[in-house]
Amino acid sequence: MSNGFEIRDSELELHQFRARLWVAAGFVFVMFGLLAARFVYLQVVKYDHYHTLAEANRISIVPVVPNRGIITDRNGVGIAHNYSAYTLEIRPGRVDDLEKLINELAAVVEIAPRDRRRFRRLLEESKNFESLPIRTRLTEEEIARFAANRYRFPAVEINARPFREYPHGELFAHVVGYIGRINERDVKQLEAAEQLSNYRGTDHIGKVGIEQSYERHLHGTTGMAKVEIDAAGRAIRSLSRVAPISGNNLVLTLDARLQEVAYNTFGEFRGALVAIDPRNGEVLAFVSKPGFDPNLFVDGIDAQSWSELINSPDKPMTNRALHGQYPPGSTIKPFMALAALTLGKRTPQYTINDPGFFTLPGVSHQWRDWKKGGHGAVDLHKSIVVSCDTYYYGLANDLGIDNIHNYLSQFGFGARTGIDIEGEAIGILPSQQWKQRRFKQKWFVGDTISVGIGQGYMTATPLQLAHATAIIANGGNVVRPHLVQHVQDSRTLQLQSIARPSAPSLEIRADFLGRVQNALVDVLRPGGTAARSGAGASYPFAGKTGTSQVIAIKPGERYDAAKVHERHRDHALFIAYAPAENPVIALAVLVENGGSGSSTAAPIARQVLDYYLLGRDPQPLRRGKEEPDEHRD
Amino acid sequence: MSTVIRRIGGYATRHLDGPLLGMLAVLMLTGLLVLYSASSASVPRVSGQFINMLVALAVMWVFANVPPHYLLRLAFPVYFVGVALLLAVALFGEVIQGARRWLDVGVTRIQPSELMKIGVPLALAWYFERHEAALKLRNHAVAAVMLLVPVALILRQPDLGTAVLIAGSGFFVLFLAGLSWRVIAGLAAAALASLPLAWSALHDYQRQRVLTLLDPMQDPLGAGYHTIQSTIAVGSGGLFGKGWMNGTQTHLDFIPERTTDFVFAVYSEEFGLFGNLVLLALFLFVISRGLVITANAPTLFTRLLAGAITLTFFTYAFVNMGMVSGVLPVVGVPLPLISYGGTSLVSICLGFGILMSIATRKKLVQT
Repeated sequence: MSNGFEIRDSELELHQFRARLWVAAGFVFVMFGLLAARFVYLQVVKYDHYHTLAEANRISIVPVVPNRGIITDRNGVGIAHNYSAYTLEIRPGRVDDLEKLINELAAVVEIAPRDRRRFRRLLEESKNFESLPIRTRLTEEEIARFAANRYRFPAVEINARPFREYPHGELFAHVVGYIGRINERDVKQLEAAEQLSNYRGTDHIGKVGIEQSYERHLHGTTGMAKVEIDAAGRAIRSLSRVAPISGNNLVLTLDARLQEVAYNTFGEFRGALVAIDPRNGEVLAFVSKPGFDPNLFVDGIDAQSWSELINSPDKPMTNRALHGQYPPGSTIKPFMALAALTLGKRTPQYTINDPGFFTLPGVSHQWRDWKKGGHGAVDLHKSIVVSCDTYYYGLANDLGIDNIHNYLSQFGFGARTGIDIEGEAIGILPSQQWKQRRFKQKWFVGDTISVGIGQGYMTATPLQLAHATAIIANGGNVVRPHLVQHVQDSRTLQLQSIARPSAPSLEIRADFLGRVQNALVDVLRPGGTAARSGAGASYPFAGKTGTSQVIAIKPGERYDAAKVHERHRDHALFIAYAPAENPVIALAVLVENGGSGSSTAAPIARQVLDYYLLGRDPQPLRRGKEEPDEHRD
Repeated sequence: MSTVIRRIGGYATRHLDGPLLGMLAVLMLTGLLVLYSASSASVPRVSGQFINMLVALAVMWVFANVPPHYLLRLAFPVYFVGVALLLAVALFGEVIQGARRWLDVGVTRIQPSELMKIGVPLALAWYFERHEAALKLRNHAVAAVMLLVPVALILRQPDLGTAVLIAGSGFFVLFLAGLSWRVIAGLAAAALASLPLAWSALHDYQRQRVLTLLDPMQDPLGAGYHTIQSTIAVGSGGLFGKGWMNGTQTHLDFIPERTTDFVFAVYSEEFGLFGNLVLLALFLFVISRGLVITANAPTLFTRLLAGAITLTFFTYAFVNMGMVSGVLPVVGVPLPLISYGGTSLVSICLGFGILMSIATRKKLVQT
């Protein structure tokens, strides 16, 4: 093994090996050099980039939802407020078998079929994997029971959330409205109004009524919290916070107690009542009966409750005061009388002899008075007091439809009153042009006659009637009806009035107005159509009855309430203001299928006025208990 | 009495390499420090790893005291048993998380590929030692086959990380044994040419890892997530890092597997470029010491074995840091001596034990 050749050979080999080792060492060095270069690139050259990414990873901006403003009546009675309650929420994204999970949950916390239906509806509406409430308003005991079983339900959590509550239930449903969960359409509208960012984190938005129209004031400004989060998105700690600004509170013009009195006075009847302070347009009561419980809508109404509401023959979802359009009937007569005097078509002394019907030359049709045989000699005053139809048939004919249209439109008929909630119907104040546009037909002279007694094509909403009545009551001032008196700043608690555009006043000659007002007072005195309702009033008040036909009565037939199906009975109307001198309240009452204005609508008005002016508690009306009609008007 | 202790002490430490042991100790302590942060101050984890280290050091001491010629005798049997076990895994192995890597031997489960990390360089070095007198290309070819059989079996499991490490260690033996440059160049060309073929042989998830490396953002929450988050961690560390226990990527859970394969992301985020260069230097010292030992090893077998062990250690470190900093695909290779986990620690220390045995044996021969 030790001859020279082999030694040389193995030395050569060793030399060769060490050369390879040097190559390997060089390779190692170069590769580590490349790594070092990579580190320099990442940690020095691109440091800012990666620093930003790391910060973006760990910091999350979380919206802090402001408290929604509360709504009170003019005396500070709460109408919509917030309370904090515990909800049981499921994250559907983390659950495979929702049905099974809910069944298991139901063994721990009571879950009614209604809760399940509502949850399913919410699930359909929401597309993201947010958490959805299965139960709200958990009791302390339920919270404790769930807490003990929490380990079984990783996708379920209890959260404290603010809830909107309407303590008066259906009483204000049609005026204050409700909030509901934000849907796609709301998102689009918010986007268009560039408000979407302010709604980050907000689940609810005003859907109808004041909640909707004053959304901007009520919602407030969303705050922001900078939160450190981990990779699973859990908040670890709060870094900084911009506090939200609570929504402003609203003080309404409504009087909650008056609203309640008015609502209850209807008894079993359906209908609407709008009461306005004629001095300033403040709406004191705004009733549409039946109402519905707005609390059902706050967290999504379940399908069954919804179907019950929408299919009820009483149509509780219809806002009769705002959107119900009814022929105003004889309540239009004072306005027609003013038109006649102002346009010089009648003098106060002009007298007709009423045979009980009206005919047009060359037309065989008879327009009948409500009183068989007629009222005899009738002047302007008597025409209002006894509600003589024949007088107004002739008057309408003499005025012509376009004069009627132009004059009555000054009182707000056929147009929006501009009340501060959305969805107002405008009714129909017919004209030649209107008929042409609507039916592509010429106006016939005969069409005009029934407009004289507020029938035919003419319709109006109870709100419009109350608005027009306020104009007569206050001597011609067009006041815009409104529901919000003040907006209270949530931070300074200062009350701010809302600037409202003022409408031009009507020029009504005082003596003309005086005559009509006197006649309206006499409506409630012996001999007037509403004498019974005026009896014993300690304050003078003015009013006018009205009846509007639901079904057409064939010629030769007479209307007999007893024979007509209840839903086909006439609607009863009454407009009024009080006290007669310097009135503080003007109102319009509509009682659906109530028969005649004098039998149902006027008594309701009297009770509301008694309450408002005297503080007297009312007696609700009962169907069928009223005395037989003396007359239809 | 003290002489007795000194003698016993001298006897116990006579096969240990001081400089190497010192650097390993520094690296291990660094590992414990990083692990404490990466595990969010989990004392059980850190103490568990400390026990792993003691076991690994014990294994190292044992192998430092095994004379290299015993290893020479053990080399082929180890290799043979290893390949047999790999075949057994392929046939009867247990599938855990989609990979067939374990063999149930009644008492415990074993992972034969781990054995081959040392078995392959041992066997190849043994083979070249046997044919030392006249090494021909044919011998290299045989060695290559000896290498490719276990690598192919491990690739099939699939375990890309271990296959890369073993293929690397085998290649280092071939290279140091004098594989001609022309053959190396030819192989490189052939490898390039057969890339499409290799591509089709890869598993879907392995292909995905390669694709992910080329463009991590194509699947930022899926396959690309590891790479993106670890790169962010490294980059956001900056010059001096965010400080020990202060890494946001680490402590807010953004780095996956942050105590094991991705522990370097934690280290890099908290100690920055400065810390990275220190760590690179430490690794470089260890490798340099290994190469010095290799250069001075007495026989071809020990030279090849020492070289392969040293360069495999380099491969571990390079592949892991490259993967964490986003230049290499994600393969399951831990950062040597730093990553949590007993198995790799033991197999690395076993290698260093052999290295020390070779180093001190030579010294003994000289004295």
